[in-house]
Amino acid sequence: MLDAEFFRRWLLLSADLIDRDAAHLTELDSAIGDADHGSNLQRGFTAVRTALEQESPATPGAVLMLAGRRLISTVGGASGPLYGTLLRRTGKELGESTEVSPGELGEALRAGVAAVAQLGGAKAGDKTMLDSLEPAVAALDDSSASFGAAREAAAKGTLATVPLVARKGRASYLGERSAGHEDPGAASSALIIAALADTSEATK
Amino acid sequence: MLINAPETVVADALRGMAAAHPELNVDVENRVIVRRDAPVAGQVGLVSGGGSGHEPLHGGFVGPGMLSAACPGEVFTSPVPDQMLRAATAVDGGAGVLFIVKNYTGDVLNFDMAAELAEDEGIRLAKVLVNDDVAVIDSLFTAGRRGTGATLFVEKIAGAAAEAGAPLDRVEAIARQVNENSRSFGVALSSVTTPAKGTPTFDLPSGELELGIGIHGEPGRERRSTMTSREIADFAVDAVLEDRPPTGPVLVLVNGMGATPLLELYGFNAEVQRVLTQRGVTVARTLVGNYVTSLDMAGCSVTICQADEELLRWWDAPVQTPGLRWGR
Repeated sequence: MLDAEFFRRWLLLSADLIDRDAAHLTELDSAIGDADHGSNLQRGFTAVRTALEQESPATPGAVLMLAGRRLISTVGGASGPLYGTLLRRTGKELGESTEVSPGELGEALRAGVAAVAQLGGAKAGDKTMLDSLEPAVAALDDSSASFGAAREAAAKGTLATVPLVARKGRASYLGERSAGHEDPGAASSALIIAALADTSEATK
Repeated sequence: MLINAPETVVADALRGMAAAHPELNVDVENRVIVRRDAPVAGQVGLVSGGGSGHEPLHGGFVGPGMLSAACPGEVFTSPVPDQMLRAATAVDGGAGVLFIVKNYTGDVLNFDMAAELAEDEGIRLAKVLVNDDVAVIDSLFTAGRRGTGATLFVEKIAGAAAEAGAPLDRVEAIARQVNENSRSFGVALSSVTTPAKGTPTFDLPSGELELGIGIHGEPGRERRSTMTSREIADFAVDAVLEDRPPTGPVLVLVNGMGATPLLELYGFNAEVQRVLTQRGVTVARTLVGNYVTSLDMAGCSVTICQADEELLRWWDAPVQTPGLRWGR
């Protein structure tokens, strides 16, 4: 079972991975966007880290809701509302339980990803964060072993964005010229999923 | 770059703005710029905002006759809902608040979230989307047209109507009409360098230019080798006129992207006026300068807005802001 501490460590590791890859994410964004994805997420996850160090929410749901609120208040751009919604909606689905099973987390994440799709009006294949998140949550089942499968699926989904023509977000202004580049939102989403699997493996 | 650190660029600029413009209330910590006399009782509040790097848009357009408040985000990044809610609360004088939103995914999502929060607090709210850039093909398969130069027309004209005491639905309708009457096209002669990245966002060899750029260093849709000012004016004006042929007099904005000298902008304006005359378009008013910029990008954009007598009257009305000031 996964408790609030597990979710705290997941988000702190996400913040570490975003720190590590911030320059790379910004580089990806400069090819088809406006060269700030890494620094924006870094600012947001730094605020999440600070919030989680100052407050200790008692439930997994409350941890995710707190982190989501911080992202909405600090990131800006499209990423703030989209990542904030992902975490808040997932947290809301988890309810008040002090512990949740991997299967329950999988269900909640699927609802979170659906909320992102609805807010952004995008779908898989549009060259967005959904291209790594949707295969990732599809790979989740009742076992914590499936977190590893989700990590693989997200990484694969990210690579698969390279040939795609963007249909949403700033990259869509480029039309055909957006093809040939990895989507920065898919790449950062894959980091969050990787952090989930890494946290689970470190817990064993 | 003339900066201390990428992380402090926006806060440093706001501190400097506060010092230069005591007539504005600049909240550096919460990143909101408000007219000092806000809220004005019975007057519709106009709130806009967007990523920083487009100065004087939006903060430089706060003041009597234009915006009531502006929310500057990080460079090229939409502000967050907290800022917009704070701005709406500060300017609501009981007649409601109009959000003027440039059509970018981030701005739209954040203003939508802020609008929900403001309505929860009992503020009457309307929203107008600015989407004037003809370089983007508007379809279900893109994020839609970008908001660029027309933002200045919308903020000035709706701001004058609000200042005169027009009710919220009227101010909203005027803002919407100005946007619908406006079209823009932009050209880059150099890339843009964001403080966060420190190197040019795209690689544009000298002697080449990029047609149909946005105001964030998004590369355009087509690259050409050097064109003269005359050729660029032909291309840009025709792109605008083809999309919406005017049936009456127009306002013209010849806008610099930040690094193009006024000398060149005025020369370009002469060519723009020539093309318009050749196409039989009557120009009622012209504004030339750096108003909707893209950091250190060299280049320009042309915005044309068909304006009837009422819109012209609002355009001519007094305005007192750091970036635009006339009349009275």
